[in-house]
Amino acid sequence: MMNTKRNFELGCALLGVLALGGTAADAAEQITFVSQGGAYQQAQTVAILDPSAKKLGITINQDSIPDAWPAIKTQVGSGKPIWDVVDTPTGNCLRGGEQGLIEKLDFSKIPNGAAMPEAYRSPYSVSYEFYSSVLAFSQKTFPKDAPSNWADFWDVKKFPGRRALRNHPFATLEAALMADGVAPDKLYPLDVDRAFKKLEEIKPHITVWWTSGAQSAQLLNDGEVDMEMAWNGRVSAVAKEGAKVSFTYNQGILQSTSLCILKGAPNLDTAVKFLNEAVDPVHQANLPLQIDYGPGNPKAFETGVIKPERAAQLPSEPANAAKQALMSYAWWSSPAGEAAEKRWASFMQK
Amino acid sequence: MLALVSPALLVILMLIVLPVGWLAWQSIYHDGFTLENYRRVFTEDVYWRSFALTFEISLAVTLIALLLGYPLAYLANSLPKGWSILILSLVLLPFWTSVLVRAYAWLALLQRTGVINQFLRYLDLISEPLALVHNTFGTVVATVHILLPFMVLPLYATMQKIPDDLMQAGASLGASPSLTFFRVFLPLSLPGVLAGCTMVFVLCLGFYITPELLGGGRTVMVSMLVSRNVELYNQFGAASAVAVVLLLSVLAIFFIVSRFISLDRVLGQK
Repeated sequence: MMNTKRNFELGCALLGVLALGGTAADAAEQITFVSQGGAYQQAQTVAILDPSAKKLGITINQDSIPDAWPAIKTQVGSGKPIWDVVDTPTGNCLRGGEQGLIEKLDFSKIPNGAAMPEAYRSPYSVSYEFYSSVLAFSQKTFPKDAPSNWADFWDVKKFPGRRALRNHPFATLEAALMADGVAPDKLYPLDVDRAFKKLEEIKPHITVWWTSGAQSAQLLNDGEVDMEMAWNGRVSAVAKEGAKVSFTYNQGILQSTSLCILKGAPNLDTAVKFLNEAVDPVHQANLPLQIDYGPGNPKAFETGVIKPERAAQLPSEPANAAKQALMSYAWWSSPAGEAAEKRWASFMQK
Repeated sequence: MLALVSPALLVILMLIVLPVGWLAWQSIYHDGFTLENYRRVFTEDVYWRSFALTFEISLAVTLIALLLGYPLAYLANSLPKGWSILILSLVLLPFWTSVLVRAYAWLALLQRTGVINQFLRYLDLISEPLALVHNTFGTVVATVHILLPFMVLPLYATMQKIPDDLMQAGASLGASPSLTFFRVFLPLSLPGVLAGCTMVFVLCLGFYITPELLGGGRTVMVSMLVSRNVELYNQFGAASAVAVVLLLSVLAIFFIVSRFISLDRVLGQK
């Protein structure tokens, strides 16, 4: 058993070395980095991972998983995790930190992270990239005077049409409260009762409660709905394909994934070094050149790498960010947030 | 004989019995013995609603599949060989396509801008598109389509074994075709009906992808609660309690059915 395991690890290390074409063959330091795969991980590889590996002289082994949370739990629970750094929705890092599954960060060793605004980091994590839950709409249905905030989305008389929301409380409760007149910067702690009450109002007018990003894109693309909440990257992808759809960042809910390190990670010191490098403003500025996500480090916008017209399209660009609500993962992972999450199921079935 | 089946038994033991047993164990053991997961399943009305909806949908799907499947099987049974092969292949053909692909195909047919609504609007039969999908209706339609072979095949197998002589005997005694059908053929095909219904009903209880894609978020079947509970409670126990309750209800159904016909008829070739 022990032997096979060692062989397996050796195999992984060899693969990693091969992947880097032998230039880093004598690099002793390595880490295993985990993200969500697909075009998104590919974009990071070009913008952040490969340049970081080169600069630090380390080997970065990659793994991917759509939802890292169960794996984090089992790996740390087994006492011998094989991953070092994960890129996962910020809430997982916070929850994991509270449950002793995630390492507390020493920001004196992470100057790039320490320089980020406080809302963009936690004792366990630093923001890695931003996306936004925005109000998207069909330009066919609304050639002009499109809905521009959540109050408009809730106004079925002024803006008739079919609607979709995400089948999940994240961002949906925030949107309901903004529709009810709460200012984007005064949302937390969420007034859960008020949010669900407001949601009851719109519920009969919701055609679809979508569960996957692909589904939200299909709904908009096929004209199955006239307006919906969707992730900005999905909407711009549909628009790029030629569909007459658009969205507004106004009252969008700014969400992030963060980097955090598994408790007892096999290569802790290298992991910390990598974490600092990964949020370096220049690497971060390269990410939106590859994919429709905003950098997690706002300093990326000061590097000059992102052209102004590109910056204007990104969710975390300062002017866009100012129009939006920054999701509080601390609230969502608090007992009140978890209770709200559980309440969602009974709301859906009523 | 035992030596021959032992690899298969071992695979079943290692890959099905042990993991399922382990999951069931987790539903009652998490840092100590607990019935919390079951208390939740039996007291919170989310679960009750979902179980009720799942059984309603399964029942509806079974009945519709029977109404569609029986005439099909009958036709396949009474037509000459070439035709029956054609009918059975048409039933089986979609069976070889991924469930996911078929769900999306139904979406293309049923949605607001889908083929059916466009056609009905073209004929001026409707002025507003009908809500054919993103609800329980769409889920039922697609599920019937997916499960129809499980109804047709056992029915056809049973009908094949009914000797033609019996119908001729009935006719020679002066019974009309419909009388021979209802008095002779139908009763003899009942084991096939029961077998088909049981298969479809039980398979439908565990459906996941179809209601997830076509249910519009409102049609929450039990399997969706299982996956949601993993997310919500961050431990397998909460989810496996739901699965255990579902498994026990399936076993109960098999038990009740076995009182009427032998299980070999439902599960195998007898």
